[in-house]
Amino acid sequence: MYTAPKYQALALACAAFFAAAAAPAAPANAAAAVAAAASNGPRAEVIHWWTSGGESAAVKQVAQAYRAAGGVWVDTAIAGGDQSRAVTVNRIVGGNPPTAAQFNTSKQFFDIVEQGMLNNVDDVARAQNWDKLLPEPIVSVIKVDGHYYAVPLNIHMQTWIWYSKAAFQKAGIAKEPASVPEFFAALDKLKAAGIVPLAHGGQPWQETILFSAMLSNLGGRDLYLKVLRERDPKAIASPAFRNVLLAYKRLQGYVDPRSPGRNWNDATAMVIGGKAGMQIMGDWAKGEFTAAKQVPEQQYGCIAGLAPNAPYLMQGDVFVFPKTRNAQALQAQKLLASVVVAPNTQLAFSKLKGSVPVRSDVDASQADACARKGIAIMKDRSRHLGVSEVYLTPDQNGALQDVLTAYWNTNMTVEKAQKNIAAALGE
Amino acid sequence: MSRPIRAVRVRSLTPAVKPYLALLPMALTVIVAYLGTMAWTLRTSFTASRTFASDKFIGLAQYERLFDNERWMLSLHNLALYGVLFILACLVIGFLLAVFIDQNVSGEGVLRTVFLYPYAMSFVATGLVWQWLLTPGTGIDGTIAALGFPGFVFDWIVDQDMAIYTIVIATVWQSAGLVMALMLAGLRGIDADIWKAARLDGIPVWRVYLSIILPMLWPTIATVFLLLATSVVKLFDAVVAMTQGGPGTASEVPAKFIMDHLFLRSNIGLASAGAIMLLVPVVALLAPYAYARSRRSRARGHA
Repeated sequence: MYTAPKYQALALACAAFFAAAAAPAAPANAAAAVAAAASNGPRAEVIHWWTSGGESAAVKQVAQAYRAAGGVWVDTAIAGGDQSRAVTVNRIVGGNPPTAAQFNTSKQFFDIVEQGMLNNVDDVARAQNWDKLLPEPIVSVIKVDGHYYAVPLNIHMQTWIWYSKAAFQKAGIAKEPASVPEFFAALDKLKAAGIVPLAHGGQPWQETILFSAMLSNLGGRDLYLKVLRERDPKAIASPAFRNVLLAYKRLQGYVDPRSPGRNWNDATAMVIGGKAGMQIMGDWAKGEFTAAKQVPEQQYGCIAGLAPNAPYLMQGDVFVFPKTRNAQALQAQKLLASVVVAPNTQLAFSKLKGSVPVRSDVDASQADACARKGIAIMKDRSRHLGVSEVYLTPDQNGALQDVLTAYWNTNMTVEKAQKNIAAALGE
Repeated sequence: MSRPIRAVRVRSLTPAVKPYLALLPMALTVIVAYLGTMAWTLRTSFTASRTFASDKFIGLAQYERLFDNERWMLSLHNLALYGVLFILACLVIGFLLAVFIDQNVSGEGVLRTVFLYPYAMSFVATGLVWQWLLTPGTGIDGTIAALGFPGFVFDWIVDQDMAIYTIVIATVWQSAGLVMALMLAGLRGIDADIWKAARLDGIPVWRVYLSIILPMLWPTIATVFLLLATSVVKLFDAVVAMTQGGPGTASEVPAKFIMDHLFLRSNIGLASAGAIMLLVPVVALLAPYAYARSRRSRARGHA
């Protein structure tokens, strides 16, 4: 429910938008006045888009931790990431910024930093030694010109391979695939057994996930960074990248013809029901399995990568703190920042969200089997990589998505796809 | 001689000012909200604006980028194809519905409401219903297969080449009722003597409709065309609710391109260039119409 452009929620979101944008002050202030009467702690209004069941339960953990630290939490939840971010930007520009606002761990807020509209959180970062504590891809987006401008909440891994143990058994796959050739062999076996080999939702962002999985597992770390971070035309024209694109397109042969337009959770439901063998999706999919009363390593399995040192593609959520001179708001921002990175908040939040904590020093024993795998991989810093949005601007990332979805859905040649990707990333 | 004239002038001054005073709020709205934002969009389209409007002017670079963009070109192509089919289908179906109701059928009020109802509903909601209907495996496809035609396949909405036609079907369903209502009003305005004369001459009814009534409905048709054409240019909600531009980019339209770049891709420069390009066909449609109207009213004023 994450980076997907959710226009269908537009109608619903409009209501929230107007509630938040048109008449923001009155209800919030009224609520704050009531709350302030009860407690005099620093008041933090937080804009976020965690509105689904598991997500809102997760953000409640943060709110509770903030209240326990003596603050007053004012919740402004807005359905849909793009809507929520638009409200945040409009309110910052309009001079009525929230205390904190959610963004993805990506370049989404880079322009706002550049305009000098965010407060930095260097105090908290220095006190907790973020340079050492946090994974490099996260630092690379939240640290601009030597200052930290966002507080990370969690890390999602984008390219987990989820599989149905029942489907694998039916297709006679004894051992989970550990390399790209084994992965395709498993897909073939599933196909022969009459099972949809790969559950896929035919939306551009989900196709980008399949591409990222092939680029990181088949192309490897170096090619991944050369293409997405350096945007090197030579790397994009290389035979190695060509192979990645061919493998990505090959996946399409394992997808059922009804996939276009399907939502990711409907694809996950196919794996849960054993109708499909595997799905490549971020770890938020775990919530669907949990809701269907399935337990990792019993009914379903999770594969983090198709090589012993496969990269761990990170994305996640952060809070940013819009610039303010109000002393009380500044105090609230500091308090919230320190609450968010506290190990207990991180663990409680991620447990409900399906992600893993950003800190490498948390106690992993409470997490489920898949999250434990993730936390173990995270200890190896050489496997840390960001998702495409960590390296590309929203504009470049969108242009890349356009090419990838067109290549997936039409009979575009691989040479043309290479050329178009070079053009999309060249801007 | 001069005195009475001055008296008339003084008395007519207030009535002359009043209508302008009444029009002032509307005029301000038009100038500030419409023309002002249009000028602002035009300015933005010449800048390198990303999340925020910037003052860095880069000439026509955004336009160059726009026309190098395959998705934009495909969007334009889709819009042209969609526009022709949508307007033709709406006009034909709307006219036939109007003629049908014009035959003094019983339950006219009910029928009119039924046909007009789709137009009264938000397409964000009805588009979703259409999406469910058209989803292969469920909806129409699944229902007919379950009725004993297992070989029946209706999967246009997931088909690269056919997806745009599902948008045509759904939006024609929505708009044909409005065309019917306008056409019916036009038909009712036609002098009953013409029908009597035609009957005396023994002309078949279909011929009267085609050769006499249809040409007389010309002003109505022009209005309907204009309404439909503007709804073509701003096509957005149907695509978003039904296909989200997919499969792949097969049913992308310019308005969605603009919205994506405004809100998802933080590139208001490129989005503004797209918006300005979208304004061009509207102006091209409206300008001759406005010109013809002003000429007609001037001619009437001189007569």
